[in-house]
Amino acid sequence: MKILVCISHVPDTTTKIKFEGNGDTLDKSGVTFVINPYCEYGLSRAIGFREEGKNVSITALSVGGPEVEPTLRKALAIGADDAVRISAHPNDSALVARQIYNYVEGKEFSVIFTGKESIDFNGSMVPGMLAEYLGWSFVSFATHMEMTGEESAVLHREVDGGYEVVEARLPIVVSCQKGISEWRIPNMRGIMAARKKPLAVVSPSEEVADTLSTIKFDYPPAKEACTYIEPDNAARLVDELVSKGLI
Amino acid sequence: MSVLLFAENSQGKFKKAVFEAATYGFELAQLLGTNLEAVSIGQIENAELEKLGTYGVSKVYRIQSEEMDAFANTAYAAGIASVAKSVDANIVVMAQTYNGRAIAPRVAVKLKAAPLSGVISMVDPGNGFQTAKYSYSGKGVESFKSEKDSLVITVKANGFHVAENPQSIAIENFEYTPAASELDAVAKEIVKASSGISLTEAEIVVSAGRGMKGPENWGMIEELAGLLGAATACSKPTADMGWRPHHEHVGQTGIQVAPNLYIAIGISGAIQHLAGVSSSKNIVVINKDPEAPFFKIADFGIIGDLFDVVPQLIEAIKKAKVSG
Repeated sequence: MKILVCISHVPDTTTKIKFEGNGDTLDKSGVTFVINPYCEYGLSRAIGFREEGKNVSITALSVGGPEVEPTLRKALAIGADDAVRISAHPNDSALVARQIYNYVEGKEFSVIFTGKESIDFNGSMVPGMLAEYLGWSFVSFATHMEMTGEESAVLHREVDGGYEVVEARLPIVVSCQKGISEWRIPNMRGIMAARKKPLAVVSPSEEVADTLSTIKFDYPPAKEACTYIEPDNAARLVDELVSKGLI
Repeated sequence: MSVLLFAENSQGKFKKAVFEAATYGFELAQLLGTNLEAVSIGQIENAELEKLGTYGVSKVYRIQSEEMDAFANTAYAAGIASVAKSVDANIVVMAQTYNGRAIAPRVAVKLKAAPLSGVISMVDPGNGFQTAKYSYSGKGVESFKSEKDSLVITVKANGFHVAENPQSIAIENFEYTPAASELDAVAKEIVKASSGISLTEAEIVVSAGRGMKGPENWGMIEELAGLLGAATACSKPTADMGWRPHHEHVGQTGIQVAPNLYIAIGISGAIQHLAGVSSSKNIVVINKDPEAPFFKIADFGIIGDLFDVVPQLIEAIKKAKVSG
């Protein structure tokens, strides 16, 4: 079974976000980039299939410039067999989905894992668009996945107030979140092996034009200073909340 | 040019997020000088559909067939796109729910539209449909434009507003029978979590963290949430330690919420947690550490031992309820 894991290259979750230029780009100085945490759940689940004794090959793919290669090497260290970088600027969800689609077409993958969203743009549009371009099934926000046959799987998908049990046919795009697997820490052997694993650079297909463009980034509106209330005066807090119509 | 709302129902009922998306669709239709129409999929009563009229919908197309009773994103997206084409709608609006996020990207591809995901402000039709959404998990706000005038918009829950714009509403059945190939991922069952109140749509969220010292102390959090009609949530460490279920974990790698009121109890406010809650309209922080970073984004703060403060708070709310 050929599995593709799409990897978004994003600032670490502890990053203090700053913007530069005209406010339209992230100030990358001092920022550590990592595998998008949700994509990493997908990578872990793929490796889980191998550990369950299934014959799988795992390809990690990212859309971006040379700066994403260390992130792909980390995916190789964790357990992907090979990696692909599509050399395009990933600033538009339709463009990213289309680039991945062009790569996947004709390659006989049966499962594509993505994160439920990237923690930079938070759009969560790429996996569904990719599934639609491919004409594949799609399960979003997956918290569990087991194969039930050569071409079928059962998944759990988060919904409001619980989860949904979904029966799906392969090939499939699965967007992953917490629960589908546990993150893995690469060991020294994995890190050494990753250096020798193939990392191919693929030119982008030219047919796609950007549809969305960023004008600028702002910081969320600053909060007014906190009103402190004495610890033995919970009644005042209740009065304040009632007068603001909050409770 | 017209605007089409996907009015998602949950077991035959509309949630507030749908009325918020309807308000968005109506205000956009006004800007474009057109009407807001809607599509509904699945079993639903006329009386429930008529509620959409209050929020600006003048006509609703109902797709109701056995194959569409259970959620199937491929079939639902095909049904919505089919209605959009038949009424010549080039803008589709829906709530940014779990199902909305599964459907919207497919509908966007089918209609060759740009996907505008999780918007928090009205698009500007005179200026490339410029609008805004949260980025960097709530640490930034991105303003962006679309090259296309064909759009699929998902509206962030509690990110816009709900307003009544009463219309007389017509209900019409729309025939759509999905192909077998469109039933490629079908919901078989929904397993409910314990609390009945949905975390992402709750007006009030009561959240607690490591300061609680152990899962056995959560009774007062649940009591407080019960009194306020709030959803309960927790910090990442408490979910990781198994004190609380994972689906309650709020933060950058958990659920992102934007309620009207977020009450944080015994949570210091690590940057990853704040990223998931900072779009809340009002924040109350109860913590014994005056240096807890959470106070920096709080509207109201109480520096004190939660084991003293929370029981007092519960009593004060009970009193206010009796006198109110």
